[in-house]
Amino acid sequence: MIISQQKPFEEILEALGDQEKVYLVGCGECATMTESGGENEIVDMKTRLEAAGKTVLGNDVAHATCHELDMKRIFRQSKDAAKETDAFIVFSCGAGTQSVREATDKHVIPGTNTLFLGNVKRNLQYEEKCSLCGECVLDEYGSICPVTRCAKGILNGPCGGTNNGQCEVDPDKPCAWVLIHNQLKKEDRIEQFMKIQGPKRWNAVERPGRLDARDKDEEKGAA
Amino acid sequence: MGKYREAAESGKFVVSGEIGPPKGTQVDDMLHHIDLLKDMVDGLNVTDNQSAVLRLGSMAVSHHIVSVGGDAIFQMTTRDRNRLALQNDLMSAHFLGIRNVLCLTGDHVSVGDHKDAREVYDFESVQLIQAVKKMNEGSDWAGNELQGSTDFYIGAVVTPESNPIEPQKAKFEKKIEAGAQFFQTQAVYDMDNFQNFMEYARGVTEGKDVKIMAGLVVLTSVGMAKYMNKFVPGVFVPDNLLEEMASVPKEEATKKGMEICARHIKLLKEKNVCDGVHVMAIGKEEIVPEILQLADLI
Repeated sequence: MIISQQKPFEEILEALGDQEKVYLVGCGECATMTESGGENEIVDMKTRLEAAGKTVLGNDVAHATCHELDMKRIFRQSKDAAKETDAFIVFSCGAGTQSVREATDKHVIPGTNTLFLGNVKRNLQYEEKCSLCGECVLDEYGSICPVTRCAKGILNGPCGGTNNGQCEVDPDKPCAWVLIHNQLKKEDRIEQFMKIQGPKRWNAVERPGRLDARDKDEEKGAA
Repeated sequence: MGKYREAAESGKFVVSGEIGPPKGTQVDDMLHHIDLLKDMVDGLNVTDNQSAVLRLGSMAVSHHIVSVGGDAIFQMTTRDRNRLALQNDLMSAHFLGIRNVLCLTGDHVSVGDHKDAREVYDFESVQLIQAVKKMNEGSDWAGNELQGSTDFYIGAVVTPESNPIEPQKAKFEKKIEAGAQFFQTQAVYDMDNFQNFMEYARGVTEGKDVKIMAGLVVLTSVGMAKYMNKFVPGVFVPDNLLEEMASVPKEEATKKGMEICARHIKLLKEKNVCDGVHVMAIGKEEIVPEILQLADLI
């Protein structure tokens, strides 16, 4: 899921400036799980904004804020509030904020910082394991991604900063290369470690990415 | 061919020093160190934004060394440049007369002084080695023919005290396969451990023309030794050296460190443990001539 974290309240107020009437949008998917933009957080934010002298005209938690047609539908339903508000504050990922952008011409403010695509370790504990590179190489590395989990994205083995199995950059994180080495040994595929890997094709997906999965002609579908 | 390569390939016990360019344009000390060392050693490494801290450029200083009659080992990290910039700099370095390149991935920006910079790592060390080899053979990374190939002596690093060692050894072997012709190791202090590592390394390099130079960082205080043990991954100063450093008054610590360094050089040379040494005095290069004298190298 997409891991996001609420911005400090002062930053949100600063972004609003003199604008008084606000409309809050949360997300029923990832931001609910991460407690950065679910029902509870939106209600809490409404209270805090009102205490700061703002008027909250509307608050919605969309099923999935990244769904652009959904956002348009929600704003059609609460047409008056959406029309009257000075600004929308969105508590989802940056994709969700830009869905709101598509649905209104008003000032749209992100209420969160979008951090990474995360695995859930335990409730409210997340780790980044995939960086959406567009060309999955996991099988080369015992399904432990060095592009993401090695701080330098090295593809051919540990750097000199590996430190008793931990990463020099952040001693709380394991060295991905020690994990990969151990895993390939377990699989009896250590020879795989010796394969010289070329650099990534960083343009495997041309950014910004686009995919029309309805178009079954692959060439035309992904561009 | 530069004199560093000539010396290495002739079978001589090669000696290199290291120049860390300053942060800024005040180059007097650096020029003095280059003057002092250039004829005394076979080559001088020039660091590339060492520890991810912004410095005067490695290529410019390497060129200066070559232009005053020394030989430069141009250090190149993949942290700050993508593949276009790396290959561009390689051709430029070659144009400027630089003939040795040490291929490094480079310290992460988070340990340096521009922590918010975007690190590049389009290539890493193994791929940079491959790229230099390709350019030596006349083509760029993309397979396009070059109008004139480069002629670099390709260097790499290895950390003999890395923990765990197995993945490090595997990477060392990959660097050789990729085209590395010489290695300078991370600092080593435990000569027994290093001899064990070299026994393994000699096995790997048997039949191949690959030279291995021991990296020696001169100890200047017992505090420095303890600091490295605690904070520098892959560097291990054994207890007997800590005791030796602590056995002398503070003001004699550098001298003791020089003695230890010279003793290690002698041992490595006499026992034919490795093919040379890379002596790092980290900003105190004026002490290097005396170390080389103590080691009977000059």
